[in-house]
Amino acid sequence: MFIIKCPFCGERDQSEFSSGGEAHIIRPKKPTELSDVEWAKYLFMRKNIKGVQFERWNHSHGCRKWFNMVRDTSNDIIHAVYKMSEKPPIK
Amino acid sequence: MKNKYSIFALIKNAFSYHENWQRAWRDPEPKKEYDAIIVGGGGHGLATAFYLAKKHDMKNIAVVEKGWIGGGNTGRNTTIIRSNYLWDASARLYDHALKIWEGLSQELNYNVMFSQRGVMNLAHNLQDVRDLKRRTHANRLNGIDAIWLNTKEVKEFCPIINTSPDIRYPVLGGTLQRRAGTARHDAVAWGYARGADAMGVDIIQNCEVKGIKRNGDSVEGIETTKGFIKTKKVGVAAAGHSSVIANMAGIRLPLESKPLQALVSEPIKPIIDAVVMSNAVHAYISQSDKGELVIGAGTDDYVSYTQKGTHNIVEGTLKAILELYPIFSRMKMLRQWGGIVDICPDASPIISKTSIKGLFFNCGWGTGGFKATPGSGDLFAHTIANDEPHKLNKAFNLNRFISGDLVDEHGAAAVAH
Repeated sequence: MFIIKCPFCGERDQSEFSSGGEAHIIRPKKPTELSDVEWAKYLFMRKNIKGVQFERWNHSHGCRKWFNMVRDTSNDIIHAVYKMSEKPPIK
Repeated sequence: MKNKYSIFALIKNAFSYHENWQRAWRDPEPKKEYDAIIVGGGGHGLATAFYLAKKHDMKNIAVVEKGWIGGGNTGRNTTIIRSNYLWDASARLYDHALKIWEGLSQELNYNVMFSQRGVMNLAHNLQDVRDLKRRTHANRLNGIDAIWLNTKEVKEFCPIINTSPDIRYPVLGGTLQRRAGTARHDAVAWGYARGADAMGVDIIQNCEVKGIKRNGDSVEGIETTKGFIKTKKVGVAAAGHSSVIANMAGIRLPLESKPLQALVSEPIKPIIDAVVMSNAVHAYISQSDKGELVIGAGTDDYVSYTQKGTHNIVEGTLKAILELYPIFSRMKMLRQWGGIVDICPDASPIISKTSIKGLFFNCGWGTGGFKATPGSGDLFAHTIANDEPHKLNKAFNLNRFISGDLVDEHGAAAVAH
């Protein structure tokens, strides 16, 4: 259990949020030209990192807005929260 | 040679106050080279090693485990065993395991306390009724025992269930697989470990894999906390940590690792003699031989390796349990814990070769891997030994995420994760 600082609402309990999985997976620009391997990579293959991971989250029981988060999956410590259009503040 | 466990051995050892039992498995240092190495000393990994040695005559093999054997999901699950899966491929896979369970204590000379007490799945709405009836028919076409029970029959089978039409999600019926049941999870790991060790398999605990050494597209060995070990074949059965190993080898898996929780109550006298599961309200419950109620909660929806979970998940499950079993309202919960489960997009496992020669993965069992332990080990051993899948795990290859030939078992995963 942890507290998430929504960039729009401030600090709220994690139970108000839904995880949208790995962030910065870019939707293919020309889907019709994609091979099956490329589709599989886009749809299914995930880094699933143990450590610092970039993720999308949604404040589903709050403002319902999406945002990005940098979180360490080995201890659930949140390193940064940033809006969808922003660049990650940490590399 | 291991001493056989029997009533005579028990009597004989009683005379020496049980102080001279032979140790169940050795604690060897790793050799320089093995014919195959299994990564992960849980039930699946140990079973794989056992069948590699027993059925494929591969004795120069090792199991490396970063902690202690059976300390991961093998020791953290709710011990439910069943095979009532919808699709042909999964029904065959899980029933293969169930058939091995039926003779496992004898095969291992180790009491795994397999108890075919029956698993009942409840329906709470019209769609549940349709889905579960369909599943019953599909099971029977695959030779798996399954029957449909109406509300009255559910009540007869498990009298403590509240079948009143007034509850929030009334019980409209359920399915029952009588051959299904539970087993003692630790004993499964220990029995396979003892059996594998007796055939010469090295079980190396406290040995964490730090890297997979490749020569081009082939495996050359593994880097561990106990040094480099040479091998041409690596079988990974690392459950929630599969992606960590895959990332070391430079390949991607379609997995997300999430915390799944379970909890047990204080021990009480026998009150529920079967496993009862409910998908719609997410509650499943059974009673251990010690008398504790064993309750499975859900997964959190975010990736985490913390082996913890959030309180609201436990709260949601207990609310559902109390609605269905009001008699438990004053029970105290004794322990709660989490395990990290590796979930596939289609809720089916992967027992497969990879693009790297000599690297095999057995993963993606998600929230329901325990039941498959013996079958999974048997089929993974076959895949590693022959470098080809067995016909029963052919459908569960990594390639299905490219071809689109998925085995969608979200429904039969029994609880909505």
